[in-house]
Amino acid sequence: MSERAAKVTPADEEQDDDQITDSAAPDAAKELDADTESTPTEQAEPVTNGAEAVVRALENAGVEYAFGVQGGAIMPVYDALYDSDIRHVTMAHEQGAAHAADAYGIVSGEPGICLATSGPGATNLVTGLADADMDSDPLVALTGQVPTEFVGNDAFQETDTTGVTTPITKNNTFASDSDRVGSDVSEAFALAGEGRPGPTLVDLPKDVTKGETDREPDAPKTPDTYRVQERADEELVAAAAERIENAAKPAMLLGGGVIKGEASEACREFAIEHEIPVITTMPGIGAFPEDHELSLEMAGMHGTGYANMAITHCDTLIGIGTRFDDRLTGGIETFAPDAELIHVDIDPAEISKNIHADYPLVGDAETVVEQLREAVDSSPEATKWRAQCQQWKSDYSMAYDAPEDGPVQPEFVVEALDEATDDDTIVTTGVGQHQMWACQYWTFTEPRTWVSSHGLGTMGYGLPAAIGARLAADDDQDVVCIDGDGSFLMTMQGLSVAVREELDITVAVLNNEYIGMVRQWQDAFFEGRHAASEYNWMPEFDKLAEAFGAAGFRIDEYDEVADTIADAIAYDGPSVIDVHIDPDANVYPMVPSGGDNGQFALAEDQL
Amino acid sequence: MKRGLDGPAPEERPTPAGRRNKQGIRIDPEVEATHLPRRTVISALVEHEPGVLSDVSGLFSRRQFNIESLTVGPTKDDDRARITVVVEEPDPGIDQIKKQLRKLVPVISARELEPDAMQRELALIKVEADDPAQVNAVADMYDAKTVDSSPETATFEITGARQKIEAAIETFGQFGIREISRTGATALARGTDETAAPVSATESAADEANQQEIPADDD
Repeated sequence: MSERAAKVTPADEEQDDDQITDSAAPDAAKELDADTESTPTEQAEPVTNGAEAVVRALENAGVEYAFGVQGGAIMPVYDALYDSDIRHVTMAHEQGAAHAADAYGIVSGEPGICLATSGPGATNLVTGLADADMDSDPLVALTGQVPTEFVGNDAFQETDTTGVTTPITKNNTFASDSDRVGSDVSEAFALAGEGRPGPTLVDLPKDVTKGETDREPDAPKTPDTYRVQERADEELVAAAAERIENAAKPAMLLGGGVIKGEASEACREFAIEHEIPVITTMPGIGAFPEDHELSLEMAGMHGTGYANMAITHCDTLIGIGTRFDDRLTGGIETFAPDAELIHVDIDPAEISKNIHADYPLVGDAETVVEQLREAVDSSPEATKWRAQCQQWKSDYSMAYDAPEDGPVQPEFVVEALDEATDDDTIVTTGVGQHQMWACQYWTFTEPRTWVSSHGLGTMGYGLPAAIGARLAADDDQDVVCIDGDGSFLMTMQGLSVAVREELDITVAVLNNEYIGMVRQWQDAFFEGRHAASEYNWMPEFDKLAEAFGAAGFRIDEYDEVADTIADAIAYDGPSVIDVHIDPDANVYPMVPSGGDNGQFALAEDQL
Repeated sequence: MKRGLDGPAPEERPTPAGRRNKQGIRIDPEVEATHLPRRTVISALVEHEPGVLSDVSGLFSRRQFNIESLTVGPTKDDDRARITVVVEEPDPGIDQIKKQLRKLVPVISARELEPDAMQRELALIKVEADDPAQVNAVADMYDAKTVDSSPETATFEITGARQKIEAAIETFGQFGIREISRTGATALARGTDETAAPVSATESAADEANQQEIPADDD
């Protein structure tokens, strides 16, 4: 996987920056550019204003794509982008820009970039920023702002953007100086990707971006106050290793941090070497191949029965890069109640936040797993436990009925899509029942192929995420968006972008004419009162796709599934399949909110 | 129509006997009790830049930390400010506060002060001055300084520990208090112990290690 861009910058850059600081002359900058090899700035003209410095900072960081919407206060930056090799993808809505940048970051491992103007442009980014923050996705948002002299006066299209986004960004900055604005952006880029990734924002007042400067941006570097611990304490590692050696019922729980920390390979080797059953969280999907014998797949509210049995009964839980979200843990009291927890995380604040860690290992996931590998001398004796896990796998198998004369079952569609595509296919989703079926019935084997909104649960994430993922993916990788009708309706204006950019994306809308997950809960907990969850006024999505200029398909019967999917995947460009599924289909297993993971329901009458 | 998957029903499955408490700690004889809230002082050294106080206070409010007082002021270094927060939280919460504070980019260091740290508050108390002699006698008793007096009122400045200020307010109460304005506590560690020295990245791990009380051979 690609190195983080923050580390790509040549080492000699910093030195050169000092020259500029000293002389502050355009000539010096020219000389520097001639000296610096392999950076995009090689033949670049010296910057003349703040906006050019902003764009130069992005170029220095190796940015290829930026997603955004033009507007008044951000115009100087767009004017500077006009001459840049960075490809700007105009989105139909800023929320889509943030999600596309977020997905770009997940797939590429480098921060995605989104731009918006002040006021409504910036506030439209908010959902995407909150989403990236919850899922620790690397993202840089650049927002226009009214000129400094109007700030605080309720000027046209003014919003206190740094104020609004403080709780939902890893860090944000109000740029106040044309000479420094480029470096502000460089720093935001470095902060987004380093340590625990997250979204950062730089608010750019128009006078600052228009203001004259010849100051080239500094290399991407995090501030001195930002410290990341790479290696875990050796003594704690030794103690944890001893615990693993003596475990009778060990399990590994791989979270999204495993994928972000490029630790999938190390975790796989560790699990296979010591034959430890592996459970993933939802963001951790893809960290371990789900077709491997040791894989128990995903645990939590809609996790597999076997994963939830294993997590409830294990005596040693090795949690890596997971923050123990309530959708995973269910009720705290009954979460892995017999397990001593070994918790590996790069963010010390995640340790013992929700579940007390007996062995807190703060550090980079890959580094710490390597430390553990060195420290563990003998594999735990857990033959009986592994047999038990396999037994649970057959007891609670994820099988479903799909009678041919009945309505199409969503699980069947997900499996058909999986079969029709390669292992490295990227799947994006919206949020709801369709997302859970995608988790459960798609067999993920590779990291960075599962792109979804986990922590925030943002409906409408799927299509814009597919756009970002498509641009980050290799050309021969397929991108499939599994969406719900309600979810798709929220951001489907993004289809215009996919058509304009000729992006090869297949969207399968699992259409049950309901906000299905809400309907499922209403049936279970609100006496079947379907308040505002019936969506029987849905448009025909295949025709809608054609109106946008995309290819439209429709599935009503089982015998249409395979051929239609094949046609849609084969179509070179955006295609939408309106899949009319069984409107009554629900997601099981299910752990009711705050419930006991081991007491998951397999059917509605068990809730 | 029955829908769903096959497998033993919930009541047919084994369940472990163990449990965790609300703080996610496994309940066993050693740590059976849920931690009760305690009052403590957290001192943070931060970059002196616009917005840092709102970053810190916002962090406290959105994470639902129970904050008693928060003061902020410059330090000997123009680029740095010190924020002193008095909180009342159970131990796991106090631990979270420190760790969350350290995550903020403008925060240079954050630590919990020892219980013997020097803590001072300031209060301005405006009382009815119907009986100046008596009022002054009380003021003397609490080392209060007169900062304003008029035919009807007298205003005193008191500094000291919280208990002293509360006692003074109570005693002044007999004359009738018109208005009070109080600061929160500001605090410094005693002696050569540094209140908020920049910490290494490993400090948080050291915190963890101390808290976990992993048995070490060389104790």
